[in-house]
Amino acid sequence: MLAEELKNIAVHEREAKAAVGACVNVCGAAGCQSLQSDALAKALVEAAAAQGYGPESCVVRKVGCLGLCGAGPLVSVEPAGIIYQRVQPSDAPDIVNALQGPPVKRINLDSKLPFFARQQRIVLENSGRIDPERLEDYIAADGYLALTTVLSEMTPSDVIAEIEKSGLRGRGGAGYPTGLKWGTVAKAIGSPKMVVCNADEGDPGAFMDRAVLESDPHRVLEGMAIAAYAVGASEGYIYVRAEYPLAVARLKTAIRLAERQELLGNGICGTQFNFRIAIRLGAGAFVCGEETALMASIEGKRGTPRPRPPYPAESGLWGHPTLINNVETFANIAPIIRRGGAWFAGIGTERSKGTKVFALAGRITNTGLIEVPMGITLRDIVFEIGGGVPEGRHLKAVQTGGPSGGCIPESFLDTPVDYETLTKLGSIMGSGGMIVMDETSSMVDVARYFMEFCMTESCGKCIPCRAGTAQMYNLLGRFVDRTATRADLAQLEQLCDLVRNTSLCGLGQSAPNPVSSTLRYFRPEYEATFATEGGE
Amino acid sequence: MPARVVTLQIDGRDVTARDDQMLIEVARESDIRIPKLCYVSGLSSYGGCRMCLVEVEGTSKLLAACTTAVTEGMQVRTVTPRLTEYRRMILEMLFAERNHVCSVCVSNGHCDMQWLAQHLGIDHIRFPYVYPNLPVDASHDRFVLDQNRCILCTRCVRVCQEIEGAHTWDVMGRGAQSLVITDLAQPWGESESCTSCGKCVQVCPTGALSEKGRSVAEMSKRREFLPYLTMMRGETGNE
Repeated sequence: MLAEELKNIAVHEREAKAAVGACVNVCGAAGCQSLQSDALAKALVEAAAAQGYGPESCVVRKVGCLGLCGAGPLVSVEPAGIIYQRVQPSDAPDIVNALQGPPVKRINLDSKLPFFARQQRIVLENSGRIDPERLEDYIAADGYLALTTVLSEMTPSDVIAEIEKSGLRGRGGAGYPTGLKWGTVAKAIGSPKMVVCNADEGDPGAFMDRAVLESDPHRVLEGMAIAAYAVGASEGYIYVRAEYPLAVARLKTAIRLAERQELLGNGICGTQFNFRIAIRLGAGAFVCGEETALMASIEGKRGTPRPRPPYPAESGLWGHPTLINNVETFANIAPIIRRGGAWFAGIGTERSKGTKVFALAGRITNTGLIEVPMGITLRDIVFEIGGGVPEGRHLKAVQTGGPSGGCIPESFLDTPVDYETLTKLGSIMGSGGMIVMDETSSMVDVARYFMEFCMTESCGKCIPCRAGTAQMYNLLGRFVDRTATRADLAQLEQLCDLVRNTSLCGLGQSAPNPVSSTLRYFRPEYEATFATEGGE
Repeated sequence: MPARVVTLQIDGRDVTARDDQMLIEVARESDIRIPKLCYVSGLSSYGGCRMCLVEVEGTSKLLAACTTAVTEGMQVRTVTPRLTEYRRMILEMLFAERNHVCSVCVSNGHCDMQWLAQHLGIDHIRFPYVYPNLPVDASHDRFVLDQNRCILCTRCVRVCQEIEGAHTWDVMGRGAQSLVITDLAQPWGESESCTSCGKCVQVCPTGALSEKGRSVAEMSKRREFLPYLTMMRGETGNE
């Protein structure tokens, strides 16, 4: 598709949308879908027809994630800007009835709530606004504009310079500068080059990538295509876990639609640039989110990591230079190109630019998906946006970074969220899972839960991770059973140090984090479980 | 690109090497023995046992000598109190992981793991033994596989794939549940790809793979064939 055609579609779509009286959007992402949002959408269509609305006066659409998953199924009405929560199919007639008047009070959700007002949406800008299964919807929201701009007006090095200028860092957790990574792959010798999207989101309580893929799959494809142009790749893979069937289905649809319009495949946008994307499904191994294990899995091998160097940028998939980025990283690319690296660099903190998507879970009022600028404090996230801890309980700790992260106690809630400060606190930014705990949570239990996760997800290749996580899990069991001694505590700390420093890959190296961070802030809880006073 | 010659220091000794060589190999040439379990000269490096971790000046991370190429000016320490303690702990965890009772093992006295434990001065195990219930496969005419003695070093997997070219062996499962298997986890005796060459038995560092008819302490391993075969094929083994 040429830039001109793209523009025509966008204009046509926008006009068509403006002509419609009201647009009722039903969340069709996995969270709300599991609450029967399908039946709800059907009921809304029937109710609209029954009350005499035609396709020109009311459209019912299925859109992506609206954010506040804990209050699903969610429905939004445009252009009025009304949001309804916990909508049942029986509410459909009332919603349609209220299209011309004031909103239905009983299910109305104030869209001025801090949960919505305090967010800044870049990655999720289209989430909940477009139908993820319609390419035209994405195009109407300036979709693929960045790709056509890149192909017609920018050289690969211009693109990399723009990404570098934006200060974007990898959103998978480690925070490696994206522009630098792209530059390394672009300079690497060897062809063909590969672009891989890591969508093997496995942290317990994390669902950011799933929401992006389900709500706005074309954004990821566009980001990958821009990356491929910048580094000189012609083949791409999306490695997505099979536990996300809806995301996989929407990705497949998106790839098919984009290929049909020559936005992917051969001769993209009438240029010489070719880029094909294939999907590979993960079979449920957490370690396959580690980049070298992920590549082994794509190659059809057992998903085990290998030592780096060589880094994937030099020798990746089948030995070819490979660029691997996370879903959210790719999702940031198109807006950066459209609005400029300087705009993006103006958001966030000194060293962490832009926004970050977090999945709020655990003991928090507003469970769901949020996107906030870097540098916001944890307190704002939990109490302002998240609505605080329910049932009048007190916050005890916030767990970030999943099994590789740590627990941050209440006393550090005023720290701004960025890569460096979270690391300094003994946790990590991670991919964006955020689990809130109140005083009923035992930190020893939390540590043991994550250690069990790491133990069962260890691939078994290196001994410190394979045997060390099992030993630590057993030791933590003694604390849970209240049979531990001070010597056990010392051994636990020794094992943390060993596993961190001698494991082969990131999974093992970060496996002790949940234990060491809870030991750092909640040591008395461990000591309180000693079998005897003093634990001798 | 042709290899270049670099100079480096290992344990304070000046050493020269080609820059495509791995640290463990270079050290060995100068008679500096870095502890190892999964590494065998002549097979590709695996990097799993972490015994050969060394300290390199300028990086806070410990590097596995079997997967780290030498570079100009590198300063390497292979024995430090910290490294020795880590090696001990890793080896102790390995002893506790399955059933490694030397006194009743066919490889007693000829075992890499036992030798390494003696070398590191291990006289007791600080971790509780796990003692999983694992099978023994004696279905093969000439060889026995005892999973209880296996340390998952994958030497058998690599020698079978890289030298014999049969790829009978592989690993299944995850974490502590990992097991070496023949073909698709069939009994070894029923394996269709196994050529009964016995290379896996000879490279196995412990008593996990042994010849039938050997009693306690009778299974000594012959590894001389490996460097010879690799040399004759004109390959380094490292892909």
